[in-house]
Amino acid sequence: MCGVFILFLVLVAVFADPLSHLIGWGPTQQDRATGTTADGLPVGPGRIHLLGADQLGRDVLVRLIYGARVSLVVGVSAAVAAVLIGVIIGLCAGFLGPAVDSVLARLMDVVLAFPFLLFAIALVTVVGPSEPLEIAVIAFFSWAAVGRIVRGQTLAIREREYVEAARSLGAGNLRIMVVDVLPNLIAPVLVYVTLLIPISIVFEATLSFLGVGIIPPTPSWGNMLDDAQQGGLYQVAWWFLTFPAAALVLTTLAFNLLGDSVRDALDPRTERLFAK
Amino acid sequence: MTALPHGTSPAAAATAAAAAAPASTDDDDALLTLDDVVKHFPIRRGVVIKSEVGQVRAVDGVSLTVRRGETLGLVGETGCGKSTLARCMTRLYPLTSGRITFDGRDISRLSPRAMRPYRRQMQMIFQDPYGSLNPHRRIGSIIGDPFAIHGVADGPERKRKVQELMELVGLNPEHFNRFPSDFSGGQRQRIGVARALALRPKLIVCDEPVSALDVSIQAQIINLLQTLQSELGLTYVFIAHDLSVVEHVSDRVAVMYLGKIVEIAERAALYGTPRHPYTAALLSAASVADPDRAAVRQRIVLHGDVPSPIDPPSGCRFHPRCPKAQEICSRVQPDLVPVLADLPTHVTACHFPMADGEKLGTAPVEPADDRPPGTGVW
Repeated sequence: MCGVFILFLVLVAVFADPLSHLIGWGPTQQDRATGTTADGLPVGPGRIHLLGADQLGRDVLVRLIYGARVSLVVGVSAAVAAVLIGVIIGLCAGFLGPAVDSVLARLMDVVLAFPFLLFAIALVTVVGPSEPLEIAVIAFFSWAAVGRIVRGQTLAIREREYVEAARSLGAGNLRIMVVDVLPNLIAPVLVYVTLLIPISIVFEATLSFLGVGIIPPTPSWGNMLDDAQQGGLYQVAWWFLTFPAAALVLTTLAFNLLGDSVRDALDPRTERLFAK
Repeated sequence: MTALPHGTSPAAAATAAAAAAPASTDDDDALLTLDDVVKHFPIRRGVVIKSEVGQVRAVDGVSLTVRRGETLGLVGETGCGKSTLARCMTRLYPLTSGRITFDGRDISRLSPRAMRPYRRQMQMIFQDPYGSLNPHRRIGSIIGDPFAIHGVADGPERKRKVQELMELVGLNPEHFNRFPSDFSGGQRQRIGVARALALRPKLIVCDEPVSALDVSIQAQIINLLQTLQSELGLTYVFIAHDLSVVEHVSDRVAVMYLGKIVEIAERAALYGTPRHPYTAALLSAASVADPDRAAVRQRIVLHGDVPSPIDPPSGCRFHPRCPKAQEICSRVQPDLVPVLADLPTHVTACHFPMADGEKLGTAPVEPADDRPPGTGVW
């Protein structure tokens, strides 16, 4: 069920261009003739704009579709980047002994102690907002949590007898980390990736909402919500608050449910239960 | 050559051995020599600043020799340091102090990199057939690990060698694509044996290889190990707490108590005429299959628990529990020396070794002079 929704979302994001042609509006195209009513308010859902128009007469559906693209690209790449960094640093911290561990574990503590939003706003103010920067900011604040999980798992695995057996065979640290420890981390890491994607999507929306993420007029769900709450427009034009919010909630929910089923599928305990 | 009596200079020991036996039995007969090997684990406490508050003296001065082609049994209670000693022998643990000579070369201070060529020649078989195989890897790749690590064989050649090994240890070579969870405990231990054999090592340290197995499976694995020994000319260090298993497989047996070797002898001598009271007590506690022997044997029940290796007793470590303890036992640590001058292979670390046929008294021994009556543990 959640898988179907995510697949649908991915397809929509991939085929955003043909879809917008089909609908007949571009993501930043203003419909000056019919997009707003005579007294300047956006038109509601109807035949011309399926999900209504926003205050500048732009089509909400098309903007939602392009917003899905931003959310998925930023969410997935930030989550993957965070997991890559987290796995490498967590693995080194857990495996390479107390000296390396104390340095890397403190580093993770420091990162987790940073105030996320303040830092992000300050950084964007200095560097200027952009999509790669947004990905980097989200990844930077997410990897430490992954690192902690991986470190804990690695600390447990390195005491296993098969690691000792590999040592007695003459295997070096790198080989043991890659061949013996990493495969045991795949399940928890995969679960964490699927749970990190919705978190990153929400992060992205938060940053865009605050104006430090995706730069308007490029649509993202976060800056659409920002548009909607500006001047209290949502009070008369409910559609351009409701639809982006619903998209965000449904996407987050779908990825969370996917994470749960991935965990169920990969957990060796449930695996054994199914085997018997 | 014979086991080095603890505290005796190697030159003197060599002279003694040369006097007792023909010159052929000398240093090149020794594959592995441990000389006063010590392994202490620090105990650290503290919230912010960790400080060392003590040490677990897991192995505290062990000297012994493993000869080529023999099986040296190593017995002792749980927690006496057998497994730690095994991991010291194979340099899985760094030594606190002492010297290990393998095949004539000192390996006790080698870096992991410098140790690699020696890893090919000494292997371990582990106790837990479930824990010693990575559950996420196929057994073909587990058994092929030694080849991959040492870059010996690749691709189809490695597969062929892995299948040969599987056949050698009695596994179906067709099963190389299965996971460890598809095998029973005994089969898994065979996988462990195959992995240990892959590089044709000279020495295999077996750390309780059968303790986790059913008795019927134990026999299969032991027979396999013995067959392989005669076919491949292997040398074993065989660690177990089961005395009858050790009696079955060993040429010589070393008895360990609280981090120290208390007695080493040829198997028959050790089981027939134990010289150390601890050995005698250990043997009397073992189950005997022969009802005639079981009927006449005398059970020696030791009082008290094994003392903590963090704070071992002074002098002879066995003295608080020893029925023969005298005043000197709590003061002076006995050396590992031959009991009888004409039998230099049977050494024991006891001030009052047992005579032939001596029974350990069930009545309390006279308390030593400096101990008030009634405080003796016996």
